[in-house]
Amino acid sequence: MSKKIGDVILDLQNISLRFGGVKALTDISFDVREHEIRAIIGPNGAGKSSMLNVINGVYHPQEGKVFWRGSERKKMEPHMAAQQNIARTFQNIALFKGMSVLDNIMTGRITKMKSTFLEHALWFGRAKNEELEHRKKVEEVIDFLEIQHIRKTPVGRLPYGLQKRVELGRALAAEPSMLLLDEPMAGMNVEEKQDMCRFILDVNDQFGTTIVLIEHDMGVVMDISDRVVVLDYGKKIGDGVPDEVKNNEDVIKAYLGAGH
Amino acid sequence: MPTQAKYAAPDGLHTFPRLLMHHAAIRPDAPAMREKYLGIWQTWSWADVAERVRALACGLAALGFKRGDNLAIIGDNRPHLYMMMTAAQCLGGVPVPLYQDAVAAEMLFVLQDAGVRFVVVEDQEQVDKMLEVRDQVSTLEHIVYDDPRGMRHYNQPFLHDIHELMEMGRIHDRNHPDFLDAEIAQGHFDDTSVMLYTSGTTGKPKGVCQTHAAFIAAARGGIEVDRMSADGDILSYLPMAWVGDHLFSFAQAMVAGFTINCPESGDTVMTDLREIGPTYYFAPPRVFESLLTSVMIRMEDAGKLKQKMFHHFMAVAKRCGADILDKKPVSTVDRLQYALGNLLVYGPLRNVLGLSRVRVAYTAGAAIGPELFKFYRSIGINLKQFYGQTETCAYVCLQPDGAIKFDSVGQPAPGVEIKIADNGEVLVKGPMLLKEYYKRPDATAETINADGWFMTGDAGFLDEDGHLKIIDRAKDVGKLSSGAMFAPNYIENKLKFFQYVKEAVCFGANRDMVTAFINIDVGAVGNWAERRGIAYSGYTDLAGKAEVYELIKTCLEEVNATLASDTMMADSQVHRFLILHKELDPDDDELTRTRKVRRNFVSEKYKLLIDALYGGLSSQFIETEVKFEDGRRGKVSADLRIVDCKTFPIVRKAA
Repeated sequence: MSKKIGDVILDLQNISLRFGGVKALTDISFDVREHEIRAIIGPNGAGKSSMLNVINGVYHPQEGKVFWRGSERKKMEPHMAAQQNIARTFQNIALFKGMSVLDNIMTGRITKMKSTFLEHALWFGRAKNEELEHRKKVEEVIDFLEIQHIRKTPVGRLPYGLQKRVELGRALAAEPSMLLLDEPMAGMNVEEKQDMCRFILDVNDQFGTTIVLIEHDMGVVMDISDRVVVLDYGKKIGDGVPDEVKNNEDVIKAYLGAGH
Repeated sequence: MPTQAKYAAPDGLHTFPRLLMHHAAIRPDAPAMREKYLGIWQTWSWADVAERVRALACGLAALGFKRGDNLAIIGDNRPHLYMMMTAAQCLGGVPVPLYQDAVAAEMLFVLQDAGVRFVVVEDQEQVDKMLEVRDQVSTLEHIVYDDPRGMRHYNQPFLHDIHELMEMGRIHDRNHPDFLDAEIAQGHFDDTSVMLYTSGTTGKPKGVCQTHAAFIAAARGGIEVDRMSADGDILSYLPMAWVGDHLFSFAQAMVAGFTINCPESGDTVMTDLREIGPTYYFAPPRVFESLLTSVMIRMEDAGKLKQKMFHHFMAVAKRCGADILDKKPVSTVDRLQYALGNLLVYGPLRNVLGLSRVRVAYTAGAAIGPELFKFYRSIGINLKQFYGQTETCAYVCLQPDGAIKFDSVGQPAPGVEIKIADNGEVLVKGPMLLKEYYKRPDATAETINADGWFMTGDAGFLDEDGHLKIIDRAKDVGKLSSGAMFAPNYIENKLKFFQYVKEAVCFGANRDMVTAFINIDVGAVGNWAERRGIAYSGYTDLAGKAEVYELIKTCLEEVNATLASDTMMADSQVHRFLILHKELDPDDDELTRTRKVRRNFVSEKYKLLIDALYGGLSSQFIETEVKFEDGRRGKVSADLRIVDCKTFPIVRKAA
């Protein structure tokens, strides 16, 4: 399998983020190339999730610049990230528990819907055709993730591993060009992890989606990512292809060697 | 050579391709096949199917498929795979469906034996299996796949997308417009129409060659008995390699012209069943059993009022439901009660099961428990049994409407003759007999005797009304050391009728007593354990619980009580048993792909345990290797307890 990794699409330069006196991120720079799988790793509290939140505009760094496809990004809100085709999943599953799998994934299409609230409420005008079109897209996602059998099941009744998959489905429904995954495999058993890895690789391979993921399972990270950035106490201590990172002294000291 | 039925339909429709063209001509717009794709049922009319089959056949021809070639078909039930069967038949080729869940190594034998040049598979998973064994199948030239997903990086020249094949075929058809019609016209009813491999309970699988005439005769007979018409629906979800699916979903659909419906995936069958509401349904007993189990489990969680209503009306149904279905006289009070029950319980229940529109449902493949059978009939589902083998197109006996005997498999079907040999073996003659075993004249000669009778290998007898009753496999029927008859299957079936028992294997031939291995049903026993607050971690743990042993012991003792009053089987009461630490599994070769116990293999593998049963030990340690789905191996070990059962004094009926 040959994969074409493209140009830099997201460039983070000297990012620093503080919450009052707490320094979450200090002077961090790294970039993400198109079509690659980029992992962010680091011990607990290293600032991984903060980094992800900077990327999709939930947090605004006090210092540093973010370049998205070559142009500098001004202060940005999360919904703008969605419009820029950046989708994400969360560390703690953030689905609508009482809604069916189908409806949950459908919410991933909302930014793409053009008809008004009233039209939707009355199932009128553009809304009808539009929804049918979106439903088709959602069904493609369902087919892709092999969750046909739970299509109509309320999410709250599903096992954890499947809920994670549904969350990935919702992110995919937005047809993102970049996908941010916050610990997609946390709390999964080996089989579920294998499935999830396969889906992540398939998404990357078949749709060319750029993926930024945070993950603790070192085996997984080293196997599937193209490049890895390592954070520790809000600082970047390593960056490179998995083999480089694995042999980086600082990384071994800070993370891989510590506490295990 | 066996005598084949010289069968030619008066209307000339004596091959499947001709039948297809006939339906496409007289009912072009009627639905022929449906498949759920992206959540929506897609329909192909008979005209669509005929067009695609034409394209596929011409495509195969363009790749060099010739008369007499075998086409292996591997995958779940998919419209394109069914179409491929007819496409091969159009060219005088023979479709050879394989069990899709088999691993590559298991498929190897059939691929080699059939000398397959062309394979059509469902998806990437099956393509990978084919690539794995390709080196060992020297004849294999082309692999066609239906689902392109995940196939982007496969660029071997011998791989073809089925849509490309169709395009190729359409071009071929344009350039040679008379080619296919001439090929179809050459087809003869005595040609082999399909080759189905036997599951191989004994030795290597054998390819059973069936002719167009045989399958069409079997299909016509069944259609006649059940008065089936073109407006029906069937859910096609059982393996395409199994003779029953070929009879119901292929042969009968082609003859009667009803619609086959392919579920979205194996996991969605129950949902799809409810959506389609088939008029004609087939399931092996275990499916009916698990349906009933799930209903019962849910009823236990229902409110008091609902439970009361359910049990009241189920009692009514038990009393008179089956008689009402059979149109026997029933008192007016019962009729009224039943009508009310139908409104409140049976109707909604049938709807939940997806069986509201069912006109006839069949079960076969294993014995069905009388309670289970009566349950379905009593709620108004016309469930019936049939009897047959791969070698007889699954068509020997059918239970006629209105004359159902729970313990018989029915009367000989139209055109079928039955005779019981001196040793109790059932012999069969008729138009649906196999032409031959592929390249095995020795086996063919062995199984069909000089007078043209097919030897089924089953022991049975005909009762006073001409209903056939099957006792066991003739070769499995043995004798205890006391000389009394020992029919293991007969006892095992009685055990399997308990919802807690999933599988049982009895031993006793040439021994002084009968003993048994039990596999518990994790779903039912697990639920039972949960209700009693018994904690367990998995199958092995649950199976070893003392409480579970007690539970299974009561089941065995109940069976012993019924055996005691059975004149022929009274000596076969089970004296000792153990619960196996792992489930018997086809992946470990303990069951066949159709989930029948491979008796000899099991008794070899667990010889240690059998010795312990007869050696009077109270426990035995065992370690067993298991194969996981991904091919890895692991070990399960346990210290198995062995328990004695109560046996009952034999009740001899007054002569």
